Amino acid sequence: MSKSSQKETLAALGFLTPNLLGFLAFTLVPVFWSLALAFTYWDLFRPPRFVGLFNFVSLLGWHYDPYLKQTVMNDPFFWKYVGNTVFLMLAIPVGIAASLIAALLMNQKLKGITVFRTIYFLPTVCSGVAILVLWKWLYNNDIGLINNLIARFGDLIGRPLTGPNWLGDAAWSKPSLMLMGLWSGLGGFNMILYLAALQGVPRELYEAAAMDGASSWKSFWAVTWPSISPTTFFILIMSVIGGFQGGFMAANVMTGGGPAGSTTTIEYYIYTVAFMRFLMGYASAIAWVLFVVILAITLLTWRLGGRVVHYA
Amino acid sequence: MRRSTDDAGMARPRGALKAAATYILLSLGAVSMLLPLYWMLLTSLEPGDVAFSSGAIHWWPSKFLWSNYPEAMKAVNIPRLYLNSAIVAIIGTFGQVLTSSMAAFAFARLSFPGRDKLFFAYLATMMVPGSVTMIPNFVLLRWFGWIDTYQALIIPGMFSAYGTFLLRQFFMGLPTELEDAAKIDGSSYLGIWARITLPLSKPALATLTTFTFMGFWGSYMWPLIIIQSEGLRTLPIGLASFVGRYSAEYSLWMAASVIALVPVLLLFMFNQRYFQEGIKMSGIKG
Repeated sequence: MSKSSQKETLAALGFLTPNLLGFLAFTLVPVFWSLALAFTYWDLFRPPRFVGLFNFVSLLGWHYDPYLKQTVMNDPFFWKYVGNTVFLMLAIPVGIAASLIAALLMNQKLKGITVFRTIYFLPTVCSGVAILVLWKWLYNNDIGLINNLIARFGDLIGRPLTGPNWLGDAAWSKPSLMLMGLWSGLGGFNMILYLAALQGVPRELYEAAAMDGASSWKSFWAVTWPSISPTTFFILIMSVIGGFQGGFMAANVMTGGGPAGSTTTIEYYIYTVAFMRFLMGYASAIAWVLFVVILAITLLTWRLGGRVVHYA
Repeated sequence: MRRSTDDAGMARPRGALKAAATYILLSLGAVSMLLPLYWMLLTSLEPGDVAFSSGAIHWWPSKFLWSNYPEAMKAVNIPRLYLNSAIVAIIGTFGQVLTSSMAAFAFARLSFPGRDKLFFAYLATMMVPGSVTMIPNFVLLRWFGWIDTYQALIIPGMFSAYGTFLLRQFFMGLPTELEDAAKIDGSSYLGIWARITLPLSKPALATLTTFTFMGFWGSYMWPLIIIQSEGLRTLPIGLASFVGRYSAEYSLWMAASVIALVPVLLLFMFNQRYFQEGIKMSGIKG
């Protein structure tokens, strides 16, 4: 190694050290540590005990129940919560479409568009506990704004209307959270990304489409949609990754995971297993299963996406 | 009208009809965005019993009960929560931007053995869910004896692979001429980083600062796990626990929520540009 490159390596070491130490201590080592913990039983009070694949079998396996006379999952709760998480993710395509429509409307040279953009972005800025508390109030069964508006609408059409018990009814709790998510996410990250993408579509393509006599509808599908497909693809992958890890705050602040476990997501389950039941090994196993699922789905989406996405 | 990239879009308004339809649709959306927030303000100014009375929607406070605000501040001990959140967010953000910009400089501008492999390791960990590292981090801090301390709230959040990645991408795009000239003049790497790279990267640094601050300010799960004593609670934890304890004080809930939102809204007002730039940056490079 020459003297100058040695000097450069030393300098690099100096620049890297603070970040690298933290990265090793709080990210890289914990990833492998967590994998090791997944093969143990550990309640934090006694030393961890190696249990082989026991956690994974308890989580993913099944057995024959002689009383019920049927095969049951070892941890039926986990599968229920996986179902909840996936159900909540059904709002993703709706949210993406809504963000795209909003971006299309805003991508016009009209006065005051910036004001709209700011207003639509407000829920994203405010997102957090305060907004969850607000929606808990809006969804109040008896005196919340939403059920009040429904009742007033009933008066208006001369027919008594009663809104559902939003967060208190296992059938409505998930749609409630999805509606809230739509409100808070519509004008946020996805819309801004779409706006940036729309502004990057070459103007000539629209002019060519217009010359061929294409309607706005046709030119959207022929020009806009393919041109912004990398953005759609990026948003989709990020939303799916986020969706699998979502639901913790809403469950913790608004519903306690209920009613009847209907709003408990995988993430909230991991938290309760680790920090309320102190099963560190089992919680680590769930986290790793989640990690592997996210990785697999991302890779799959990536491969499928490669076929439909047009990169300029 | 301001000429900027914002206006250089594709759309050509095709007549007043189309513009009117756009305005109507956007306004409907704007009303549904603002209505819940307006309701929050309204409730925060109502006496508790009015917020309670069923079947009475009104769109203006029956009387402005400003005293809800001091009452909420007292019930939730908001000054303390503000102080804790501010300490954690300011120190943590400063630390993250500092360490990220140093590491990003090494990755973008210095060559050393194993650089690309190490950078790939940084990238790869960005895929790891937070719940995977959460438990070992808790155990590690317990072993340090840091449970229920400010360090526990601040230090694990100070090292970010994402921040390093974001700044590295930005540094890569900067012209090297100035740095080369400085090198010929005998400037050290530290001098180049501090006097050339950082000043040229103000937009990226402001973006990362804004996002990191928002992340620390809104962080919920980690403080919930790591903090036990009331005196160390951050704003989100304090607010959530207040809502849990006072189960039907809607006026106070809303007053406390409004107070909690003020710093974030101020940050947004003065930094709006960086919010949107940051989103675009993460999207384009990602």
